[in-house]
Amino acid sequence: MPVGITQQQRIWLTFKRNKTAVAGLVIGVLIVSMAILAPWIAPMDPLVQDPFNRLSWDVEGHLLGTDDFGRDVLSRIIWGSRVSLMIGATSVLLGLVIGTALGMTAGYFRGKPEIMIMRSVDVMMSFPDLILAIAITAALGASTTNLILTIGIVMTPRFARMAYGSVISIMESDYVLAARAIGARAPRTLFRHILPNIFGELVVAGTLWVGEAIRLEANLAFIGLGVQPPTPTWGNMTREGIDVLINAPWISIFAGLSILITILSFNMLGDGIRDISDPKLRGGEGKGYT
Amino acid sequence: MFNYAVRRILQSIPILFIVFSLVFIIVRVLPGDPATAALGDYASQAAVESLRKSMGLDVPLWKQYVRFLGSLLQGDLGNSIITGYPVGAQIVRVLPYTLQLTFSAILLGYILGIPLGISAAVKRNSFVDYFNRVFSLIGLSIPAFYLGILLMYLFSIKLRLFPVVGGGDLWDLGSNLRHLFLPALSLGLVMTAYITRMTRSSLLNVLMEDYIRTARSKGIPAKIVLFKHALRNALIPIVALGGLYAVVLIGSSVMIEIVFSRPGLGSLMVGAIKQRDYTTLQSVMVLYALIVVALNLVTDLIYGLIDPRIQYK
Repeated sequence: MPVGITQQQRIWLTFKRNKTAVAGLVIGVLIVSMAILAPWIAPMDPLVQDPFNRLSWDVEGHLLGTDDFGRDVLSRIIWGSRVSLMIGATSVLLGLVIGTALGMTAGYFRGKPEIMIMRSVDVMMSFPDLILAIAITAALGASTTNLILTIGIVMTPRFARMAYGSVISIMESDYVLAARAIGARAPRTLFRHILPNIFGELVVAGTLWVGEAIRLEANLAFIGLGVQPPTPTWGNMTREGIDVLINAPWISIFAGLSILITILSFNMLGDGIRDISDPKLRGGEGKGYT
Repeated sequence: MFNYAVRRILQSIPILFIVFSLVFIIVRVLPGDPATAALGDYASQAAVESLRKSMGLDVPLWKQYVRFLGSLLQGDLGNSIITGYPVGAQIVRVLPYTLQLTFSAILLGYILGIPLGISAAVKRNSFVDYFNRVFSLIGLSIPAFYLGILLMYLFSIKLRLFPVVGGGDLWDLGSNLRHLFLPALSLGLVMTAYITRMTRSSLLNVLMEDYIRTARSKGIPAKIVLFKHALRNALIPIVALGGLYAVVLIGSSVMIEIVFSRPGLGSLMVGAIKQRDYTTLQSVMVLYALIVVALNLVTDLIYGLIDPRIQYK
């Protein structure tokens, strides 16, 4: 490692050498661009039906064929990325904000808040994500807002646990002790001294959990509890495709492949970041796959 | 150990209590009135009222809650509001399918995953290791339902080797196994990815320990060092975490049951949500909670048994 460089440069150099992580980042950026540019790059309107070309693979103008209503599968996949990524990112953001607040409260005040918050976190974490999500969606009803709320709630305990652990360890540091010694009140200590120091790792973890959130959304959509048709999402496209799997396998195959590639890119990126923070070990264990 | 076990079992009681309460709350806030849902929109007001009464929905919430806990303690799960049949009997009918699926997937995961993980760790950075890493990365990323669809398309539709959907006859071994194969393979491959990765990193960790270097420098053959010294310790977390993986697998089994239209707890739960059959839904969720809490308990006990230090934390 060259000398005389900043911490950021060093992290970037280590990252660049990790081919898996770079590939993950590139694929991720491509998928996000696809979602943002959907109106301009989608060859067709994802909702326009063509009754004469239903379930056909080799029609001119439909690169990935058409679905049961004669809609263009490629355009639906491109538009579907918007819904999946938007729900994934917003729900993780929600979980990040609520979870961090809860975790910091538990870690800073200890005592009763700690017991109440962390016990609830334990109970929620002991459940399979999907079953928890199914139960909450069933209670709230399926709509985009409720979906974000549901996945956000499922994500909250992870952030709470992480923030809690960081706060506990940071509370003993000299600068926090100093701040408290000169009489800084709880909000000031929490927001000026503690939060800036734990925020980085929470955001990194959050970025990687977007993949998990997208998986959860796809699962719910596949069950029929997600965003309702005709709005295309990768999950509900895979679901619709399974009824015509014999005649038109491409619908399920390509919609599902989009989910796989997206989650894969987040996991590749995650592995790379883990390598940077712990070069001794390649490959750890994450919680929850469905 | 006895004290630890008792303490740990006592600790799960309040957790169960919280989870049961959570189930009660979630099911009560379900949109729509269950009585109206059961009778349809055109039922008379009187009919809806009398059904509400017989379902116990006319009393205050706290009374419903006490009744709910009371009947749970007696093992009474009530009747389905859609079919009228006892929920307990329905669960008993489908539970073997879910257990069969989950256990075969776990078994498959260990049988394939441990050798794969060992080969990857021993030949680190070789082609085998590289293949294993790609395999487990894809396995961890692929949604179980998508893997199920791919296998279904390949083996059932294209090659016509296995039935497309259904659970088969539980008492006819041939039909049962043919229906089990693809769902168990889908779930088992995902499990394999987890076990492979876990085995690899756990074994790599152990291989870096001092006592391994000592054993090698004493001139003990590499194979004996690997299987006698290293593997024994490396397998501890893998075996102990089996319960935790099983919990995660139960979540995935819901998706696989839906893809293959296989009877099971997951299908029962999703069906109950769609029909707003709240008695069935709440019973299935209670059962899931029981299974999860029991698995977590078993995991902790196994861990305590293997690693006595944990008992004193």
